[in-house]
Amino acid sequence: MSLLRVEGLRTCLLSAAGIVRAVDDVSFDVEAGETFALLGESGCGKSMTALSLMRLLPDAGSIVGGQVLLDGRDLLALSEAEMRDVRGREMAMIFQEPATSLNPVLSVGRQIVEVLERHTPMQGTAARRRALELVDAVGIPDPARRLDEFPFQLSGGMKQRVMIAMALAGDPRLLIADEPTTALDVTIQAQVLGLLGQLQRDRNMGMLLISHDLGIVSQLAQRVGVMYAGELVEVAARGAFFASPKHPYTHKLFAALPRPERRGGTLETIPGSVPPLTTIFSGCRFAERCPRAWARCREEVPAWHVASDGHAVRCHLYDPEQAGESGRHRAAASVAPFSTDTGATSPPAGAPLLEVADLKMHFPIRKGVFQRVAGQVKAVDGVSLRLTLGRTLALVGESGCGKTTAGKAILQLLRPTGGSVRFEGEELTALPPARLRALRADMQIVFQDPYGSLDPRMRVGDIIEEGMAALDTASGRAARDRRIDELLERVGLSAGMRGRYPHEFSGGQRQRIAIARALAVAPRLLVCDEPTSALDVSVQAQILNLLKELQASLGLAYLFITHNIAVVEYLAHEIAVMYLGRIVERGTVEEILQDPKHPYTEALLSAVPRLDAEGQRPVIVLKGDMPSPANPPAGCHFHPRCPRVMPQCARAYPAETLLGGARSVRCFLYE
Amino acid sequence: MLAYIVRRLLYALPILIGVNLLTFTLFFVVNTPDDMARMQLGIKRVTPEAIQKWKAERGYDQPLLYNEAAEGAGKVTRTIFFEKSVKLFVFDFGRADDGRDIGHEIKTRMGPSLAIAVPVFLLGLFVTVSFALVLAFFRATYLDFWGVVACVAMMSISSLFYIIGGQYLVSKIWHLVPISGYAGGLDAARFLILPVLISMVAGIGSSTRWYRTIFLEEIGKDYVRTARAKGLSEMAVLFRHVLKNAMIPILTGVVVVIPLLFMGSLLVESFFGIPGLGSYTIDAINAQDFAVVRAMVFIGSVLYIVGLLLTDLSYTLVDPRVRLQ
Amino acid sequence: MPIILWTDALVFLLIACGIGSGFYIGRREYLLASWRRVGESRAGMAALTVLAAFIVLGLLDSLHYRPRLEAVAGQPANGYSSEVRSALDALLLPLRSGTEKTYSAPLATHLYARETVELPDGTQARVFPRLRHGGAHLQDPVEEWARDVSWKVARGLAFAVLAGLTFAAIAVQAAALRWGVGWPAAWRRIRRGETQFAWNAVLATLAVLLLLGGPVAALAGGYHVFGTDKVGQDVLYLTLKSIRTGLVIGTITTLAMLPFAVALGIVAGYLGGWVDDVIQYLYTTLNSIPGVLLIAASVLMMQVVIDTHPDWFATSAQRADARLLALCFILGVTSWTGLCRLLRAETLKLRELDYVQAAQAFGASATGIMGRHILPNVMHIVLIAVVMDFSGLVLAEAVLSYIGIGVDPSTISFGTMINTARLELAREPVVWWSLVAAFAFMFVLVLAANLFSDAVRDAFDPRIAGRRIAATAQGQAA
Repeated sequence: MSLLRVEGLRTCLLSAAGIVRAVDDVSFDVEAGETFALLGESGCGKSMTALSLMRLLPDAGSIVGGQVLLDGRDLLALSEAEMRDVRGREMAMIFQEPATSLNPVLSVGRQIVEVLERHTPMQGTAARRRALELVDAVGIPDPARRLDEFPFQLSGGMKQRVMIAMALAGDPRLLIADEPTTALDVTIQAQVLGLLGQLQRDRNMGMLLISHDLGIVSQLAQRVGVMYAGELVEVAARGAFFASPKHPYTHKLFAALPRPERRGGTLETIPGSVPPLTTIFSGCRFAERCPRAWARCREEVPAWHVASDGHAVRCHLYDPEQAGESGRHRAAASVAPFSTDTGATSPPAGAPLLEVADLKMHFPIRKGVFQRVAGQVKAVDGVSLRLTLGRTLALVGESGCGKTTAGKAILQLLRPTGGSVRFEGEELTALPPARLRALRADMQIVFQDPYGSLDPRMRVGDIIEEGMAALDTASGRAARDRRIDELLERVGLSAGMRGRYPHEFSGGQRQRIAIARALAVAPRLLVCDEPTSALDVSVQAQILNLLKELQASLGLAYLFITHNIAVVEYLAHEIAVMYLGRIVERGTVEEILQDPKHPYTEALLSAVPRLDAEGQRPVIVLKGDMPSPANPPAGCHFHPRCPRVMPQCARAYPAETLLGGARSVRCFLYE
Repeated sequence: MLAYIVRRLLYALPILIGVNLLTFTLFFVVNTPDDMARMQLGIKRVTPEAIQKWKAERGYDQPLLYNEAAEGAGKVTRTIFFEKSVKLFVFDFGRADDGRDIGHEIKTRMGPSLAIAVPVFLLGLFVTVSFALVLAFFRATYLDFWGVVACVAMMSISSLFYIIGGQYLVSKIWHLVPISGYAGGLDAARFLILPVLISMVAGIGSSTRWYRTIFLEEIGKDYVRTARAKGLSEMAVLFRHVLKNAMIPILTGVVVVIPLLFMGSLLVESFFGIPGLGSYTIDAINAQDFAVVRAMVFIGSVLYIVGLLLTDLSYTLVDPRVRLQ
Repeated sequence: MPIILWTDALVFLLIACGIGSGFYIGRREYLLASWRRVGESRAGMAALTVLAAFIVLGLLDSLHYRPRLEAVAGQPANGYSSEVRSALDALLLPLRSGTEKTYSAPLATHLYARETVELPDGTQARVFPRLRHGGAHLQDPVEEWARDVSWKVARGLAFAVLAGLTFAAIAVQAAALRWGVGWPAAWRRIRRGETQFAWNAVLATLAVLLLLGGPVAALAGGYHVFGTDKVGQDVLYLTLKSIRTGLVIGTITTLAMLPFAVALGIVAGYLGGWVDDVIQYLYTTLNSIPGVLLIAASVLMMQVVIDTHPDWFATSAQRADARLLALCFILGVTSWTGLCRLLRAETLKLRELDYVQAAQAFGASATGIMGRHILPNVMHIVLIAVVMDFSGLVLAEAVLSYIGIGVDPSTISFGTMINTARLELAREPVVWWSLVAAFAFMFVLVLAANLFSDAVRDAFDPRIAGRRIAATAQGQAA
């Protein structure tokens, strides 16, 4: 008997738009000691599935059908009081946002002890002792001290470890992990994923992993279920799943992933967007976006088709009765063309458009009665970059390394406290505001959050027009109107959308509007600050394609700020890796990806979960967290975490070592 | 911590100077002492002598800011500004129109004011927080709905109605307590119970609703879901997790008024004839006794600033994230 | 001769603003959507109906004029009375002029106090004399009173039913046209609340208002429905006149403080630096003075100004009006700090948002950004603050007038009514009607304002909007 058996689960949410069938007839099993992953893009119902299992739905939600059997006991038939005995004891859950999921005013120890006192006979000091063991077991250093600290004193990774310790306290047989590392940095993600995998093996727990990231799923799961629009569409063992995904949607997900081997070409995208779950579906839910759909897909809900190895898929293509026809459809669509016009996208390096030398952005820390400046947060501390027209420079680093600040300081949105920024030879840092304004048309920015970057009170047309009006680049109403229409078409929207408001658009469309707004003033340098990290993979592919295409046709230079190595691999020409305010390594994308020199770069690249688990380099798990830029370690900032640390690392910051070409690294290993 | 308090007190100084300048402008520049004298003595033909006498009695017969006639430091000190405004800083309030020392009056009247204000504050806080917790516990039920309706209705009633109606019902119809008056010692309870109850009831509606909103906001947060995922009962979630977090916004509104309790309540004290600072203020306003009003304005702002400081300090008690420096 | 008092002018300005923002909203879908949510709220629309009735009365009372003096024999009539009246006064002429000697109970035919009269036989007796106006048309009050009152009530009710049916017919007809359905279907949908706009709440409230107002209006012709006060004025007239004062205080105050609060709050939040320091200092200083005391001090000083310059005002009504206006401004000056602080905090948040940064990347000017990006995105806070403040201000007026630092004693307001009637409960026998009438009207006004402001807040506050959906959803699920 399976540890967990979910049978025909249906969950509805009531919203202003009507009844949202967030989970619609979902069935799966999780065996003891097995990790089952629910994979899907945002809004497909995977988190709602998890919350339904715990019966922790938001006020507007309710489970309307199905069974959830934990060890054969139907959880949905339990009273609320009985269910409380199950939660935290037999099944526990960790959530996506460790920052908000812990109670900010209770100490970490208190929050763990609470579970112990609720579910085990341990009370008082015994419970505290056990909490100490748990905190130790999840790899938190100095556990005795940490136990009395409050969540705000811990880093994101530490908080997630505390969440895990809390979940383990009741010794549950099933652990539900809802996007456990989405809010964390890559190197911290590697730590937490390693920990989860190890705990699950050691304790022989069942684990239900919920994730949108194929890489993470590949690393942790034994079996995978793909969700789309509230239902499961494919279930398979990991090996079979990654070797030969069957459902067209899964195919598309794989094809949309940016990968180095796709560098020259365009990524595959899924047209349209996930249908709202208020719809009543009459056929396959993916039919509208499926390149292989035919009439039957729109009329008849596909049944499950199970292959001999247990690989199940919900698609008419695999209906044995339609072998002939579906075979034809399969054949017709299995050609996934990649255009390979590599030449056009990487023009030779010419005179630099942007030259940044020793850029510094320090923020004062004030203390004491008279608020004297007691120190500096050195968010950006001596960054040098070069960028030429038509090229993409990726500024790579984890959150808090100062990459966004560097981008804003280059654009003079923040006035740098030191160093120089030259745009076509003109020094920007000393430029008077009027002169700087004139130059603003040449450099624009695209932001991360597609929801925060468009004024919700302005129409799309006005948003795009703003820059033209402020910088007076297109004279006359009619000329501007023409340009707006042109731009909307250019970024793949239609001119008819100019009268609408941002909230009527999806995340990907909003990002297109933001790009159109930046393009409106015909810039030559575009700073892209994580423009795709808030988007789903399939939408990310659309935006990456667009950016690439714009660069090819307009010859733009991109300063691409990101933490996502996969995107860098696909898009960038050059890479600068940043750690704690400084660039530790620079070079072309091939050089760095193939042969990382700096130990941090090495660890960063190894920490990215890969699809083909066999081809994964051994993950270098870094110790601890990134230190605070207000108080960086002496010597090389990286040395306390560095696996190859040497005595001199603690003494001085290594100078830049040139390794030929544009390649340079700051590490004593190469001096 | 100490540095923080010192800094806050230093910040308070310019605010108090501002308050002082404002009152000075209001009382002596907008209207000259002559104007005030004319108004108090009656608009109709008043003799210049009468005005002069009125001003001399109150010490208003000096120049506003700079005394040409005086010697040395007296050029600055023998002015209305120095005598009437700067001296407030050392809590020298001067004399009221009836000749009594304002400082002394304030000291003796503080007791009765506190005797009402403190019980109202404590009882009110306890009752409203409890009501709000009950409503939050039964959220989205009929109890909650009608509770909120009752709150809105109660906050739509004028405080005058609570006082007049309560006094009429309890004292005049039921003869349970004396209508008004005050006595020292334990006897005071007889006189205090009704005003305390009335003030408390008058505040229930808006406070309960406000606290309920805070509780609901907290209940919607992620950490509450985590607490439920641990298998805690709804009661444990509410009392152990929500209440402690909700204390932070509640304190913001509550602690700042604690020092102002000294000022008493204007309406209740005057209706029930309780010789506190509230009724003192009202009497001064009605008698247009500017010296008393000025003193009360100054004390009020001092107490308010103390309240702000206390609020910040109280955060350190409930919010571990706050470290004052 | 029409005369526009200062507060009238501001009331008209307010109406113009209202109409202007109506057009503005009509062209913006996101604002319309929020207002539609307000329109869906049953409690909110019922409250708005009540408020509308109050506002109509208040507006009638804001059309002021000085009546032409009756021509005295032999002289041409070219003078104007020094008395300022309003359109409402003209409508309520019988109530206003029908003063008695002193107290009389509601619907009474006799005075509430004994008087010594000389009987026809020459002896003197202490009796309750007949009223001059209340029930004066009755020959024999004891016999006819009950019949006359019920007849008048019945007539009023009949009129109310008639008027109510007319309104309902108009609404149903409009609905039927709009949806292209027949009358019965349209009526069914309205009644069951299947309409977007809460028509059923509006019609029900209207029905209640008419059923209460009809009989009162019918009775007011022959009686003092709410009795008379100490000097014999009709209490119904006083309460109706109080409405304008309450509305003026509740709205003009906000109007007076809005420019300060909005401009300073946004500027402080957006520019930061020393500008922020100065503005913060300003509002902390103002805030640190307990509100009542600041108001008291200001009102006392304003009183001195007004009293020492009697020559500024042509009529006593103008003087009272100046005092009302000054009170509004004083309340405004003492109450802008809260909104200013809210707006500053919100602007601090908005300033960091990407779309503001994008505008900065275009080199847009600070004023441009504040006007185009910040202001429209904080307007919902302003709106919520305005509607929420209203009820508090109406209540505050009563308290302040009661303390003696409110409106001019000659201005009729809830506060002055309560102030003059405060000792009436201590009388033997008790005179309760003035207080009850004032408190009841004030309660209805404030309750309606509170309910309406709740509806507005629910619709415009993004945080609450989410919760509201969850709550109604749970209601449906249960």
